[in-house]
Amino acid sequence: MTKEEKETCLWEVFIQPKNGLSHRHCGSVHASDRELAILSARNVYARRGEGQSIWVVKSTDIVSSDPDKKDEVFSSDDKIYRHPTFYDVPDDVGHM
Amino acid sequence: MTTELQKTGSLIKEFEAKIDQDEKIEPKDFMPEAYRKTLIRQIGQHAHSEVVGMLPEGNWITRAPTLKRKLSLLAKVQDEAGHGLYLYCAAETLGKSRMDMTQELLSGKAKYSSIFNYPTPTWADIGAIGWLVDGAAIMNQIPLCRCSYGPYARAMIRICKEESFHQRQGYEIMLTLAKGTEAQKDMAQRALNRWWWPSVMMFGPSDADSTNTEDSVRWKIKRYTNDELRQKFVDAIVPQAKKIGLTIPDRDLKWDKKRNKGTGGYAYGKIDWDEFWRVIKGDGPMNNERLAAKQRAWNEGTWVRDAAREHALKKQAALQAAE
Repeated sequence: MTKEEKETCLWEVFIQPKNGLSHRHCGSVHASDRELAILSARNVYARRGEGQSIWVVKSTDIVSSDPDKKDEVFSSDDKIYRHPTFYDVPDDVGHM
Repeated sequence: MTTELQKTGSLIKEFEAKIDQDEKIEPKDFMPEAYRKTLIRQIGQHAHSEVVGMLPEGNWITRAPTLKRKLSLLAKVQDEAGHGLYLYCAAETLGKSRMDMTQELLSGKAKYSSIFNYPTPTWADIGAIGWLVDGAAIMNQIPLCRCSYGPYARAMIRICKEESFHQRQGYEIMLTLAKGTEAQKDMAQRALNRWWWPSVMMFGPSDADSTNTEDSVRWKIKRYTNDELRQKFVDAIVPQAKKIGLTIPDRDLKWDKKRNKGTGGYAYGKIDWDEFWRVIKGDGPMNNERLAAKQRAWNEGTWVRDAAREHALKKQAALQAAE
């Protein structure tokens, strides 16, 4: 390896199993550009007809929330009135 | 005011509580350094094993006896490459770079499974590898699907799904040879003789001598000890060998109703741990060849990596000029 050889970009791979379902994260690949990233994602994650569409996104382009602050981001425990079971409806009303 | 030490203490408690409740640990969660290090070492070794494992089998791709066998073997070897890549990417989530891992493999610093330091002199060795080596790997890998580290567990689920084809293709090769001419059956038996003990050793040192087991079990990285997995393997393989009329090369092998907490299992002979340690320390039949092959592949691929990088830079420049 030459000294100046640097790590290639990391890309996150998402595969859509079929129409009607969302793309789902399945792993990552290294590639120097997007065409090679798609090619590599296909070789690594789609050897058995896993889907019909692949997305690759540069890992550094993903913005994520801090898991340590998950209570600030996902504060639903104190808002139980957002769930259907919070409301009393007579049993004989049936399914609602 | 809480000190740094108190803060770390409460983080460790939180971490342990998650482990106790069978929750997964994800890349950005707090984890003790020792947990991170253990995982980097284990996942790295696992990835290297998949990649080096392509070499003994790659040896037979051009000489597979039929087109069907050649296609299966090509697909299997390609799977091993894929498995190595899933695992490298799981290790990368722990902050270890791919380049570091590659360099550690090429320099001989990183370990990989010793089983791949044995040669594959005949076609039957390909059968024996699929049946025994992949069989042992599956025993090891199925419990890892429930490992506490999320990315590792997810990679293992993928791998296990693909691995069962590997074992079946190996067993089918052995079955076909065992049903063939005397010479073919003899070739299958000899391959079994060569691969049996190294496969039994794949589970690592016996529990009394294993240094990494205790922490790994506590952290739910490992769910069974080496000896427990070894017993499962022997119990599974013995009837499969019988079924195709091959003999396990162990005179001390016999049914022991006391094994497996009284439900019965096979007692097996003494394992040659000296050989195990000799091969791990670099003195196996193929250690040098394997490393040399990886180094050659890396060096011969330099121009491809250089060209891909130059191409990417050029395209990026053109894109910027157009904007």
